[in-house]
Amino acid sequence: MFLTVKGLSKSFDDQEVLKHIDLEIEKGNILTIIGPSGSGKTTLLRCLNALEMPNKGLFTFSDGLEIDFEKMPKKNELTKFRLKSGMVFQSYNLFPHKTALENVTEGPLIVQKREKQAVFKLAESLLDKVGLLDKKYLYPHQLSGGQQQRVGIARALAIEPELMLFDEPTSALDPELVGEVLKVIKDLANEGWTMAIVTHELKFAEQVSDRVLFMDNGYIVEQGPPAQVLKDPKEERTRQFIQRIMNPE
Amino acid sequence: MYLNKLFAITADMGGWELFVNSLWPMIQGGIKYTIPLTLIAFTFGISLALITAIMRLSKYKFLSIPARIYVSAVRGTPMLVQLFIVFYGLGQIGFTIDPFPSAIIAFSLNVGAYASEVIRASILSIPKGQWEAAQTIGMGYSQALRRIILPQATRVSIPPLSNTFISLVKDTSLASLILVTELFRKAQEIAARTYDFMLLYVEAAFLYWIICFLLSLVQDRIENRLDRYVSK
Repeated sequence: MFLTVKGLSKSFDDQEVLKHIDLEIEKGNILTIIGPSGSGKTTLLRCLNALEMPNKGLFTFSDGLEIDFEKMPKKNELTKFRLKSGMVFQSYNLFPHKTALENVTEGPLIVQKREKQAVFKLAESLLDKVGLLDKKYLYPHQLSGGQQQRVGIARALAIEPELMLFDEPTSALDPELVGEVLKVIKDLANEGWTMAIVTHELKFAEQVSDRVLFMDNGYIVEQGPPAQVLKDPKEERTRQFIQRIMNPE
Repeated sequence: MYLNKLFAITADMGGWELFVNSLWPMIQGGIKYTIPLTLIAFTFGISLALITAIMRLSKYKFLSIPARIYVSAVRGTPMLVQLFIVFYGLGQIGFTIDPFPSAIIAFSLNVGAYASEVIRASILSIPKGQWEAAQTIGMGYSQALRRIILPQATRVSIPPLSNTFISLVKDTSLASLILVTELFRKAQEIAARTYDFMLLYVEAAFLYWIICFLLSLVQDRIENRLDRYVSK
């Protein structure tokens, strides 16, 4: 098990968004999180990176790193925790004042203080992997949404995380640009990356996931292999949700 | 002295000669006092403003409250009164400071307060996603602020800060009231001898206008430079 989460809770003001969630992520596995908006799926993903500070929850990693959010984690522990995973945002959040290449090198070069030549070699190979090496000197506003998101993926990969997190990576994209981003994620899947993906693309979820997790109202309602959860859900709530997405009328 | 000679000559001269002859003393006042006062006070003021803005944004009350009080006090009192407190007030209680340094202190404090609000607003205008993206690549608060947020906030704050700067150029004329012989004080001195108030004060106004016009050209250039990575 790469990561075990026990008793994860998160409230905003007095609204409880995540209610005592237990979660396991296996090394090399791909977990997709689906559910209606407001179900807590994005909050769950953001807690895996401490972008949202959990109120409670014990995180245990395979290498022995253990963080209990009931106590305030130490700053260096938190940084270690954050660098375990790379985050890809719905709205890309590229740094607009930096070129594609600088966006990718910023983490390893400035934060991790790795050796300059190696970082540039890595960054170029990552941009090549997402098919944007020829755009490396362009600024984000000179790139399409799909290209920006692919730079976003390269930037997240550059800190050499063990887990990749995707928060609705295609939701802000024009429909014709969705494919290029999903293709990059599929490539990563084939390389054996451990990933957690929040998405509305059920067909995509079916293709890449090892496990699908359906959330509603702050709980995990159901989880299992995609064929079971998406095709033959046990819970009525899951069935309704999938129906509504497949047949919007 | 040059000025006395000037007054003697201009007594029965036409307006044009007076205009031309008083141009140099006023420009001297500008070069020796108005422009240095503006540049020095703005440099100190902006540094103070950056510190104040970051303090005000802090979650710690012992940092944010003093910053709030400072901004409120400076914005709530007239510039001229602040100038008089630093020069005459401090002088009376034993901290005698020369006119020029007094003006630098007062104007720096003034700019620091006003510009801190501009800087604070421009930091707040940067989308939250930028902080978050910085965080996910491992940056702490100060690193994210320095490398990701401030460079973007700078671009946002150039137009309003240029406003502050141009206001400062004009406000330095108040320093004439604490005996700094800057541009406007020169105009006053000549006018007191020749009684050509209209001509000399319009001439002073004209010189301020030229300075501010040149500055607005500089502003355009800076904006264009920083525009290269801003989406349109």
